[in-house]
Amino acid sequence: MTGTGTASDTVIVDWGVGNIGSVANAVRLAGGTAEISASPERIAVARRLILPGVASFDAAVAGIDRRGLREVLGDRVIGEGVPTLGICLGMQLLFDGSDEGGGAGFGWLSGRVRRFSPSPALRLPHMGWNTLEEVRACPLLEGLPPRSRFYFVHSFHLDAADGPTVVACCDYGYRFAAVVQSGNLFGVQFHPEKSHQAGLRLIANFLSVASP
Amino acid sequence: MILPRVIPVLLVADRRQVKSRRFKPYRYVGDPINSLAIFSALGADEIVVLDIEASPLGRGPDLVQAGDLASECTVPLAYGGGIRTADDAGALIRLGVEKVVINTATAGDPDLITRTADLFGSQAVVAGLDVRRDRAGRPVVWVRSGQQRLDEHPVVRARRLEALGAGEILLTDIDRDGGMAGYDLDLVAAVAAAVTVPVIVCGGAGRHDDLRAAVVAGASAAAAGSLFVFRDDGQGVTIHYPDRPALDALFVAGGTPGEDGGRP
Repeated sequence: MTGTGTASDTVIVDWGVGNIGSVANAVRLAGGTAEISASPERIAVARRLILPGVASFDAAVAGIDRRGLREVLGDRVIGEGVPTLGICLGMQLLFDGSDEGGGAGFGWLSGRVRRFSPSPALRLPHMGWNTLEEVRACPLLEGLPPRSRFYFVHSFHLDAADGPTVVACCDYGYRFAAVVQSGNLFGVQFHPEKSHQAGLRLIANFLSVASP
Repeated sequence: MILPRVIPVLLVADRRQVKSRRFKPYRYVGDPINSLAIFSALGADEIVVLDIEASPLGRGPDLVQAGDLASECTVPLAYGGGIRTADDAGALIRLGVEKVVINTATAGDPDLITRTADLFGSQAVVAGLDVRRDRAGRPVVWVRSGQQRLDEHPVVRARRLEALGAGEILLTDIDRDGGMAGYDLDLVAAVAAAVTVPVIVCGGAGRHDDLRAAVVAGASAAAAGSLFVFRDDGQGVTIHYPDRPALDALFVAGGTPGEDGGRP
């Protein structure tokens, strides 16, 4: 799909559910500018995309499909390769699907999202500040102090803790994927927009990833 | 591994921050946006803001206030007060609130919790649970900022709130509110043991050591109002939040058992 109008720097995709306000605030604090949009025309010219969290899987899928965003997002993310960051549910949507609901994710990365296995000692949702175990280098994690903590609030996670896309893991009873990357496509299970200084640094790192 | 959370609670009435004692009367503290900005800059684990007038006055959430607060907050923000519909919740989340605290409305419309969790995930829904003891000393649930009594034991209600889809319980002890004499650890333990979701406890914290005691009793997070916001007449308002070494001393294995680090 060809776009109209001037390219916007970063577009935070608004599919009707999600904490878009927090993400926009954080981009601003990290030194960037962002536009919140549900418009295929604006997404088609975005140089950078953020897919927000704070929604149930099916509510987000319904919002995406109601607004007809799958095609333009696929073109931009996979076709054009613009840097794209999925946050929490936004990361989960990068994959094929989730145990949380019956809807289809974007399927740009292979894998499914499953619920944390119940453990008597650990409450769900996984809610609070936790640290990462870096598996391989990634531009998002550059310059972060060792043992930086990020805010997690979720009951579901990617089913694989290993694999070519897993950049960093977190531990809550067991290891699970906390950061994924495939080329221009990034996903974080935590909320960098609400992870204080470390989160703002990660967002600034994302804003610095070169766009085509 | 995850650590217990320590959470400042800001009470607002008519867009002014207030302190309460047993949920009444109110004492003016200052501008909530200033306090929130400071807690955020200090790296508080989370911040809870409760509009305590919304339900007694029968109005919905103050979205302008919520938006102003959210724009200052780089840590997770939970907001409550007057939420009556899933749309209310959605509007708050769009503005930058991570979790909504729903309390009074659930008395007449328990399904509100389920509808909100279905749209935003249970992790975005905190169920408020306010407790006052009757003359026989038994804990009873109250809503509407302590003005309306429900005939339910807090343990029973906590289980029901979890079953409805709440991802977290915010347990507030009305009797101990503002008293700074410690949490009721039996109540904390009973509610925490009744559910599998995280429980935040509030009402009574007077020293840093109280925060640890609450966690030992089963709370996932210890919240406080009076402990973190001091008003000394003639000297203005002091915001306090324990620094990282103090928090590690409380919660990390091998940390020194708490000395009384409460008051600055």
